[in-house]
Amino acid sequence: MNIALLLQMAAEACPDRCALTHEGRHYTFSELFAAAQRAAHHFLAAEVKFVALMDVSSPAVPIALMGAAMSGVPYAPINYRLSEAQLTPLLDRISPAYLITGSEIVAEDRSGWVVRSSEEFMSVVSEGEISDLAWHDDPSAVAVQLFTSGTTGEPKAALLRHEHLVSYILGSVEFMGADEAEAALVSVPPYHIAGISAVMSNIYACRHIVQLPNFDPQVWLTLCAEQSVTSAFVVPTMLSRIIETLQQGAMATEALSSIKSIAYGGGKMPVPVIEHALALLPQVNFTNAYGLTETSSTITLLDPDDHRAALEQSDGPIRARLGSVGRPLPAVEIEIRDEHGAVLPPLEAGEIYVRGPQVSGEYEGRSVLDEAGWFPTRDAGYVDDEGYLFLSGRADDVIVRGGENISPGEIEDLLHQHSAISDVAAVGVPSEEWGETIALAVVTAAGQSITEDGLREHIRNHLRSSRVPELIQFVNELPYNETGKLLRREVRAWFAAEAA
Amino acid sequence: MMKPGTRLKSAVCDAEIMIIKIAESADLSCGGQLMAEAPERTEGDGDRMHGCLIGKRYVNAEETIEVLCVKSGDGSLYYEGQELMTKDTKKLPSSD
Repeated sequence: MNIALLLQMAAEACPDRCALTHEGRHYTFSELFAAAQRAAHHFLAAEVKFVALMDVSSPAVPIALMGAAMSGVPYAPINYRLSEAQLTPLLDRISPAYLITGSEIVAEDRSGWVVRSSEEFMSVVSEGEISDLAWHDDPSAVAVQLFTSGTTGEPKAALLRHEHLVSYILGSVEFMGADEAEAALVSVPPYHIAGISAVMSNIYACRHIVQLPNFDPQVWLTLCAEQSVTSAFVVPTMLSRIIETLQQGAMATEALSSIKSIAYGGGKMPVPVIEHALALLPQVNFTNAYGLTETSSTITLLDPDDHRAALEQSDGPIRARLGSVGRPLPAVEIEIRDEHGAVLPPLEAGEIYVRGPQVSGEYEGRSVLDEAGWFPTRDAGYVDDEGYLFLSGRADDVIVRGGENISPGEIEDLLHQHSAISDVAAVGVPSEEWGETIALAVVTAAGQSITEDGLREHIRNHLRSSRVPELIQFVNELPYNETGKLLRREVRAWFAAEAA
Repeated sequence: MMKPGTRLKSAVCDAEIMIIKIAESADLSCGGQLMAEAPERTEGDGDRMHGCLIGKRYVNAEETIEVLCVKSGDGSLYYEGQELMTKDTKKLPSSD
């Protein structure tokens, strides 16, 4: 069991089909497979511990991923936007590596390393004899090591073994399920789990991948039109920028005439954004996917029928599912537990636990799975009566005010619906009286205004009085990482600075 | 016993499979001949040549064995004498 099998099968079944388009150049499945085999020989000859890639998306991404898999060397994609201070400790953890990068930060004097630009790498793997190679077929070998985004602390190195990734793909993707005219636009960065799963899923479906290295809504829409894109995955911030661009009339919705489906995930989608998207693009099938690095990507799906059923209602539990991440994949189980580990019934919020063959739950040699194989996600949420999962934020983000657990999502969801507010974050800050108290950072919508008292009044009228924030700051924007995750620790730091 | 991840080839056609779910016995055949990692090519049994298709997952009635066909062939797959059938999988919307 080796993820390279996914590419081998695609190359066997559709050798001449277009697998990848990057900056106008096309690659067939057999070309990708041949390049990955050559890459595997280079990786073996380099005698390294890791194959690392620190660059934007390019054909080097699937080739390095699959070549590393064939050679039995773990693949470790790294965020190319990190500063030197952030990067050095990560590089120390994967030393020595065969590193593909355009960055000049990496010191040449690292002993045992091979450093190549994406262009150099592509030129060595594009031509030459292909000698036989006996693949490593150990299902429990590490295929991918991903540094998690570290929004709450030091990045952790999550390990994904071949068996986890292959289980995910075989369980969720139909082999050669795509016809020749289909094309998927991939704009998530290669160091994100969604970037890895996009490569594997589309290859196994034999679907043409169109790569967009740096997301920009206008370029995204232009590529959709030019390449007759039929499906795409976006993070919530990307979707809201695409919708804005369409609403401002900067691009016509006709640019999206070929697109049949859009999947979104990677962060919490504000309900108004998906409502706008559904209204603007009624012909598009929307799917909400929830997953984590440690679970090999998607574990729950809110499918297109769920979206349509929700839209048909003006309120009630089915309408509320627009704010849900859907139900588990067939091989995945979900449980909600309280802080003592007891399983909670529907509609009661607690920590989300997940189990299934795609769930790794392992960091650099340390598994956090419990004895029965359950992974504590550290995400908080609840399920409704029919098993639809609702997220209420990270378990670590829960504000404990005077012994009462308050989910920031509850306050944020309310305020996202307010026309005067374009973005909002609720965080807990230390308080002598309450232990923790609620602080609110608010971005006012263009041309609108609201006062601190107006905000407090609105919250008091709709939620309990314990949800009314003590501290409020009006800011120009909130801090997000590049995949759209809100950086709450930075928001907390604003209030800490104010208190000091 | 064959572990998940083990790859076997047909002795009678181009078919190749990968074991997904652990097989208690090694009695896996294609076109009437035992499959192996590097089998010697031989004649197939004409009654056992209904073909197998790349990308399909095959199981027995009890689902105690599951294999993935990774290369199509003319022979059909048998486990302990019982013909394997394709496993129906729920079609999911693309989420990547």
